[in-house]
Amino acid sequence: MSIDIDTARRVAHLARIAVAEDDLPALAQQLSGILTFMEQLNEVDVSGVEPMTSVTPMRLKRRADVVTDGGYPDRILSNAPDAREGFFAVPKVVE
Amino acid sequence: MGELSKLTLAGARDSLRKGETSAVALTEACLAEIEAAGRLNAFVHRTPEIALDQARAADARIARGDAPAMCGLPLGIKDLFCTRGVASQAASHILNGFRPEYESTVTQNLWDAGAVMLGKLNMDEFAMGSSNETSTYGNVVNPWKVDDRDLTPGGSSGGSAAAVAADLCLAATGTDTGGSIRQPAAFTGIVGIKPTYGRCSRWGIVAFASSLDQAGPMTKTVQDAAIMLAAMAGHDPKDSTSADIPVPDFEAMLTGDIRGKTIGIPREYRMDGMPAEIEALWTRGAEMLKDAGAKIVDISLPHTKYALPAYYVIAPAEASSNLARYDGVRYGHRAKLAQGDGIVQMYEKTRAEGFGKEVQRRVMIGTYVLSAGFYDAYYNRARKVRALIKRDFETVFAEGVDAILTPATPSAAFGLGEMQDADPVEMYLNDVFTVTVNLAGLPGISVPAGLDSRGLPLGLQLIGRPWEEGDLLNTAQVLERAAGFVSKPAKWW
Repeated sequence: MSIDIDTARRVAHLARIAVAEDDLPALAQQLSGILTFMEQLNEVDVSGVEPMTSVTPMRLKRRADVVTDGGYPDRILSNAPDAREGFFAVPKVVE
Repeated sequence: MGELSKLTLAGARDSLRKGETSAVALTEACLAEIEAAGRLNAFVHRTPEIALDQARAADARIARGDAPAMCGLPLGIKDLFCTRGVASQAASHILNGFRPEYESTVTQNLWDAGAVMLGKLNMDEFAMGSSNETSTYGNVVNPWKVDDRDLTPGGSSGGSAAAVAADLCLAATGTDTGGSIRQPAAFTGIVGIKPTYGRCSRWGIVAFASSLDQAGPMTKTVQDAAIMLAAMAGHDPKDSTSADIPVPDFEAMLTGDIRGKTIGIPREYRMDGMPAEIEALWTRGAEMLKDAGAKIVDISLPHTKYALPAYYVIAPAEASSNLARYDGVRYGHRAKLAQGDGIVQMYEKTRAEGFGKEVQRRVMIGTYVLSAGFYDAYYNRARKVRALIKRDFETVFAEGVDAILTPATPSAAFGLGEMQDADPVEMYLNDVFTVTVNLAGLPGISVPAGLDSRGLPLGLQLIGRPWEEGDLLNTAQVLERAAGFVSKPAKWW
């Protein structure tokens, strides 16, 4: 499986990373190289094997569904590039 | 002053308790070394005020006879750990200016144990790299040198490795997703252990690949690794994968006795083109353990060659999901927008400016292998292969193997910039001996075992059974003593 320029453009958009048109051919080539390396996995017989979800067999702990933290919006917003009136500010989303 | 920063954790601890030195004196000695070591580019955010406050508090506790395990011991902290009010940006431009409002569990555990924070350490951006050349702060330089070239300290915990090897601090924290503690430890002649997955809380550590990431200590000796791991580890309700099992006294488990232990030598790790020096070192390591009374057996881990390709599907897949949070909204960098740009342009420009090339590549590969139509072919297949890799280890452990001995890296440290034109995959090969351990969730330790013909350190890796870090550290200490590695880099910085 090799990645062409259109696929590279689509993947960049899905990943929300702007890539200049001029940079797409080199990117497509690098991504293809990495995928070729991964193709080795096709040699392995994986019939009847379950995909691993966790390295340690464990049951997730449960806890009461209660608020354990919060109530400090100023601290939450303290690192925001743009915060106004207690909210994160972003460009207009809805026309 | 320089002599104090050369102390081990154990040596400094004992001196402090005997009143031979003070935490303030130790801390000042390290701060002076850091100040003079700008050329190594290891410390990227210094915190002398916090350090001296903590050191004075530690001296007061020691005077009261109330000194916890790491009381007054000055450490460096990898930039991946969130530290309250102190820059924590995973060596990425996208987290420029980020000062967390919270403290990671591992660093909090260290402060609770009395340790002192000297500052934050350089690393590969988001822990993605094997040479410390992807950092927004610039390259870290290995204190070891054989000619006029600057060598890589390895990665991603390259700042931690360089700082410990150069005696800028007594020890440092690292994290390891595919070898990021063990490979730089080997390149700089120090000890690094990645504990069993779940031993240390991941809470407050910037996430790369959550099913593989583990924190661990990087130290001058195996005994120090035992001391510091015990302080870092422990159950944390804030990390649902953190194991709720007791943390043993690892230091007390260093008996020096490995008689009757079975050490496996995996034939699949004998790679084509492996340098003869590394092969010879590996053989010598096995002989040392045999001389100490262990039984050496040949074993097979048949799926070894598929570990790297499986890793380079799973880790980027998880990274693409974890790094989705860097969108220019809640923290860090936001791109300047043009007239009419909407939220999608804000995301795309912010992430293009904020992420370096290697991080962008991995996020895009991860996005691709998780996208509709490819999820089964790549991601699910890789997770199945991962199950087989883990099964290989379970099989040999069930047959009575206590630990597995391998080389830590396929070469000694290489020159900075030498891999610049290489294919990304060539750089990935650095992790060939370490990555299996992350996929299987096992503990692995790199121990300095010798110098190559040019005088650069080489490490051996021991892989242990899950949750048996104490036994692993004991075997590692036997190897450390038998190898008798005492070389230090000659100071040029």
